[in-house]
Amino acid sequence: MSNIIVLPLIVPVITAILLVFMRENVLLQRIITLLTLVFVTIISIVLLMEIQVQGVMRIDFSGWLPPFGISFVADSFAVLLVLVANIVAAICLLYAIFTIGERYEKMYFYSFALLMIAGVNGSFLTGDIFNLFVCFEVMLLASYALIALGGEKVQLREALKYVLINIVASWIFLVALAFLYGTVGTLNMAHISVRVMETGNDPLITTVALIFLIVFSLKAGLLLFFWLPGSYSVPPTAIAALFAALLTKVGIYALVRTFTLLFTNNTEVTHTVLGVMAGLTIIAGCMGALAGRDVRTIASYNVLIGVGFIVAGLAIGTESALQGVTYYLMHDMVAKAMLFLAVGMMIYLTGETVIDKMSGLIRNYPVFGWMFFIVMCSLAGIPPLSGFLGKVLIGQGAIEGGNFVLLGLGFLSSLVVLYSLLRIFLSSFFGETIISLEDEKPLPRRVELPVILLALCTIALGIGAEWISPYITDAAETLHTPSIYIDAVLDGAKWQGEVNE
Amino acid sequence: MKINDVILRTVTKAVVFIILTLGVYLFFAGHHAPGGGFIGGLVLASGIVLLYLAYDIETVHKGMPFDFKKVAALGVLLATGTAVGSLFFDVPFLTQTHTYIDVPIFGKMGFSTVTIFEAGVALTVVGVVVTIILSISEDE
Repeated sequence: MSNIIVLPLIVPVITAILLVFMRENVLLQRIITLLTLVFVTIISIVLLMEIQVQGVMRIDFSGWLPPFGISFVADSFAVLLVLVANIVAAICLLYAIFTIGERYEKMYFYSFALLMIAGVNGSFLTGDIFNLFVCFEVMLLASYALIALGGEKVQLREALKYVLINIVASWIFLVALAFLYGTVGTLNMAHISVRVMETGNDPLITTVALIFLIVFSLKAGLLLFFWLPGSYSVPPTAIAALFAALLTKVGIYALVRTFTLLFTNNTEVTHTVLGVMAGLTIIAGCMGALAGRDVRTIASYNVLIGVGFIVAGLAIGTESALQGVTYYLMHDMVAKAMLFLAVGMMIYLTGETVIDKMSGLIRNYPVFGWMFFIVMCSLAGIPPLSGFLGKVLIGQGAIEGGNFVLLGLGFLSSLVVLYSLLRIFLSSFFGETIISLEDEKPLPRRVELPVILLALCTIALGIGAEWISPYITDAAETLHTPSIYIDAVLDGAKWQGEVNE
Repeated sequence: MKINDVILRTVTKAVVFIILTLGVYLFFAGHHAPGGGFIGGLVLASGIVLLYLAYDIETVHKGMPFDFKKVAALGVLLATGTAVGSLFFDVPFLTQTHTYIDVPIFGKMGFSTVTIFEAGVALTVVGVVVTIILSISEDE
């Protein structure tokens, strides 16, 4: 029993509720929000260390043993994601504190943000697939509020689309859960895995797996991404950065969990479909990023390329590819948050969204200009920044698995990422400055601070790879060998025996 | 145009008490029989909504000067509070406990922390339902 696992979910929920009572005291709200996220970050570091000693940990709520009760399960993969998600969220909210304005802060902005983060943490940690649905909903409900907060016309239009698409997706999720429960008679993820393995190559289970694939693809923006560029470009910068960093990643996490733990029997079908979808997403994302002239559009399509690349790693499915998936997920959270913050700052400084109308920003704001350079290099995968290692590991996995098409697409996409961002860099940051000294909007150091912190994170992830690698290796090993996870949840052979009777 | 709602108001005065009593009954019945915080909360909320229908918002607010958003928040706080309480007794999260105490007049009675949790649920439901109804009625 280790109650610590539940803290990343429950602490943000409780502080979010407490903030409702402090609506007028904005300063206190800010302090409590940041303290909460720092606390959760520390908790996840402690948890990560514990896991290396004890192996996969779990907590059975109320003492109801799995597979009957609901459990939270912490393995390295989940906790690494919780850790990075909370660091990134803290930095994004720091940016929000400096920029978002009192109107938002008094409309429960911090409460919604914390509830969303609680949902994200819950989705990563839960060991029960129905509970995953619930945590998804917690996260989505908060994000509905965040996307519409502010109440501008475009926001409401995009929020409506976003809400509708997600309600449909959630409904399909529920239907898929019903099918799954009807087929295997359990909702505990480890237990599902055992039952699916016993059943063998059942077409019904493959069908259920494909329905789950559709659901999580909608959430992750894998191929079914038509809703994504619109809804990620309307909310204020800090919120858009939070969305880009966290929401699609939760969808990818769910894909990784389902297709490494639950449905491992018929990989010829499921992983081929995953591979095809990943390839198509990369291609579509590249086309969007190349065609876009609006910085926000280019940034949104870069999110899609990232999604495609990570899922390509999942489709390849070898152990080094899964290491790459883990590492690249962490990198992508940091880098996408940074990209969205940078893009938001560009729009704030110039009042323009089209790249041709901005020029010479680096002369006015040198530090900011170089920060954009760093995020560009990081996303393109230039060593020693964090994008490099993930790409190498996924590439290595692709060669081992013989998936040369995905390998080629993945690395070509890096070039497209570099080109699309370089285009922004050359056109908007280099060249003659069009902002005269009098018109120059002041950019206080504290607003630059969050971007600098994210830059430090991506550098630390890249240079500290040696130090992080034991955790990554452990995460990939658990993903690649489901029995480690299953044994930890169902207490090894003893439980499996009883379960089978 | 002013509608004559004398009948509605008179009936409401009596019926609201019946509804509220039913709500409280369902809430407590929920421990061992069908009912519970969610259903009890819904019934309580329907009583309050009936008051809003029969009278105007200002009159009801004079009698019940609560911000229903805060009622909902208080409810969530109660529910999560009992869940987190288990952490301090070194038992798994969400563990609930109960005991029997001899109360004068009533005799031996069962007390359970689940009731506090359910009270949180009920308050949340009341707060959320009334907030939703009020915000729909506001933007006419």
